[in-house]
Amino acid sequence: MADKKKPRLAVWKFASCDGCQLSLLDCEDELLAVAGAIDIAYFPEATRGEISGRYDVSLVEGSVTNAHDAERIKEVRKRSNVLITIGACATAGGIQALKNFADVKEYIPVVYAHPEYIHTLATSTPISDHVKVDFELRGCPISKKQLVELVSAFVAGRKPVTPPHSVCIDCKLRGNVCVMVAHGAPCIGPVTHTGCDALCPSFNRGCFGCFGPKETPNTKALSGQLAELGMDSKAIKRIYSTFNVNAEAFREESKRHG
Amino acid sequence: MASKTIKVDYLARVEGEGAFKVVVRDGTVRKAELRIFEPPRFFEAFLRGRSYMEASDITARICGICPVAYQMCAVHSMEKILGIKVDDALRELRRLLYCGEWIESHVLHVYMLHAPDFLGYDSAIHMAKDHGDLVRTALRLKKIGNDIMTMVGGREIHPINVKVGGFYKVPSKRDLQSMVENLKWARDAAIDMVRFVAKLDFPDNERDYEFVSLRHDKEYPLNEGRVVSSKGIDIPVEEYDQHFKETHVEHSTALQSHIVGRGPYFVGPLARYSLNFDKLTPTAQQVAREAGLGKTCSNPFRSIIVRSVETVYAVEEALRIIGSYEQPEKPFIAAEPRAGVGCAATEAPRGLIYHRYEIAADGSIVHARIVPPTAQNQPTIEKDLTSFVADWLDLPDVELQHRCEQAIRNYDPCISCSCHFLKLDIDRA
Repeated sequence: MADKKKPRLAVWKFASCDGCQLSLLDCEDELLAVAGAIDIAYFPEATRGEISGRYDVSLVEGSVTNAHDAERIKEVRKRSNVLITIGACATAGGIQALKNFADVKEYIPVVYAHPEYIHTLATSTPISDHVKVDFELRGCPISKKQLVELVSAFVAGRKPVTPPHSVCIDCKLRGNVCVMVAHGAPCIGPVTHTGCDALCPSFNRGCFGCFGPKETPNTKALSGQLAELGMDSKAIKRIYSTFNVNAEAFREESKRHG
Repeated sequence: MASKTIKVDYLARVEGEGAFKVVVRDGTVRKAELRIFEPPRFFEAFLRGRSYMEASDITARICGICPVAYQMCAVHSMEKILGIKVDDALRELRRLLYCGEWIESHVLHVYMLHAPDFLGYDSAIHMAKDHGDLVRTALRLKKIGNDIMTMVGGREIHPINVKVGGFYKVPSKRDLQSMVENLKWARDAAIDMVRFVAKLDFPDNERDYEFVSLRHDKEYPLNEGRVVSSKGIDIPVEEYDQHFKETHVEHSTALQSHIVGRGPYFVGPLARYSLNFDKLTPTAQQVAREAGLGKTCSNPFRSIIVRSVETVYAVEEALRIIGSYEQPEKPFIAAEPRAGVGCAATEAPRGLIYHRYEIAADGSIVHARIVPPTAQNQPTIEKDLTSFVADWLDLPDVELQHRCEQAIRNYDPCISCSCHFLKLDIDRA
């Protein structure tokens, strides 16, 4: 097959830990096959080579936290036929979106001696707040399995299969004992989007929401259950306020608890 | 030769966002700046008010390549406050998890990020077209590191199994035994990796570094030890703040570290190796000697060999731990929170990392401080580059720029971490 017919892939980074794009390099068994099926046209973490022009698909990691990045994402959109966000930062704003609920002017001197050198927006926002996003892959980090599915689906020209059900369903499928019922462990698996294969309950701990809210989550009912376990409102607020704190369902439930 | 500026606006094959700028005036290098523009994410600020139990899960998100380093520093700091000591099999399991991270991170850097510079390729993927077996071996070796992370930590990026007091769930002896055959292959592959990188061409660039790393009586340092330097520092980690200070410079969202009263220092594989050669396994020592290394190494271009030697060590250490492992009765030591201050330093793949926390009686975090390896190394990297560039000024800009990029990759900078960095800018005007 002539190289010029291969789709061109670009990988972009905004505010993030690099973990989601690292997931691509962590696909040790599939990486060379992926590189055979597509042209990696821009992926600075992996290559200094760069193919200019348009990209068939852009994978975007990270959230928008400064004015420069708010402009940069528009350029990425212009040059990309399909734009897919990868991970909780790009999809919901990430853990750094905790600043959305605080005074960023108060945050800066906690970390930096010269606040005047720091240029940051008051918020950390998902890519979809700035440009049209064609598909979102959840997770902190994303699932390698879903990433390979996403790339395969793109190459085949079909829709990726990434189910929207809850972690709770996966737990039942794995035959796990319910950590909340059996051990009283706080778990937000009932309202959290699948993708991890119910990892935490399989390690005897409650889900803490890496994949963000599932479709139509009943967070209010779950919070009632968490209160019955003895969690105070501060603790309930915290459990929704991590990597997907800015995802609507978690944000609203978090706000209900102070 | 006149004046010019050389800049790299976005350094490739490093972890995070950074740039590099060199200013040349009348044929003399005036300044080399490693610009870290990774957007700040304010971890130390939003950790306040969180539970002491959450610090390991939250700080892991500073870096997707070395999350274990953050998790280990967080839990060890909290355990000091709670007055508990994680020992025996649980301590060994934490060491095993860290070995997994060293293997995964070192192999990623040696083959995927660094080796293409020496062999003349843009990336490992381009390199694979001519060196298919080499890249396939690297990927398999890296995967074995990730397999350890998955087995002990639950997953390779942001493991979920680390907990204050131990783990949520401990693997059985049989679980760990399932990795032994692959690890035996990995030991041979890692030894071959040292022999392969030893044959690359290296410039003579010995530097006068003050190396800083942990040192432990009985083992090559990972999770525990005194903070020592090649120029006389030998302190418990509790005294770290008295000897090391951070400053904030305009061109970087990473804070820079100095030794009080002396200046820049250097953490990472070269420091660890040079201060702890005697604690490596006999095989690792032997392959290091065969590769032409002495008991110390202060040529940053040879760091690729040192990382490879450390990979041999990590694989052998993993085998040792698995060989003597007995599943502990309880996965963790339970303890109630109490008010206090605790700090810990561990050895991330890129060098010493330090955390310090103050928590209130209810277990909520009052104050957090995190000093990652690349931030500590930034002044040394800038000093080295100023010196290297002076020798390369006759090169055409494109080549000079590429040399600078290569030199920066010697340090395996982790920019997401350091800012919690790269763009090259050579100003000769």
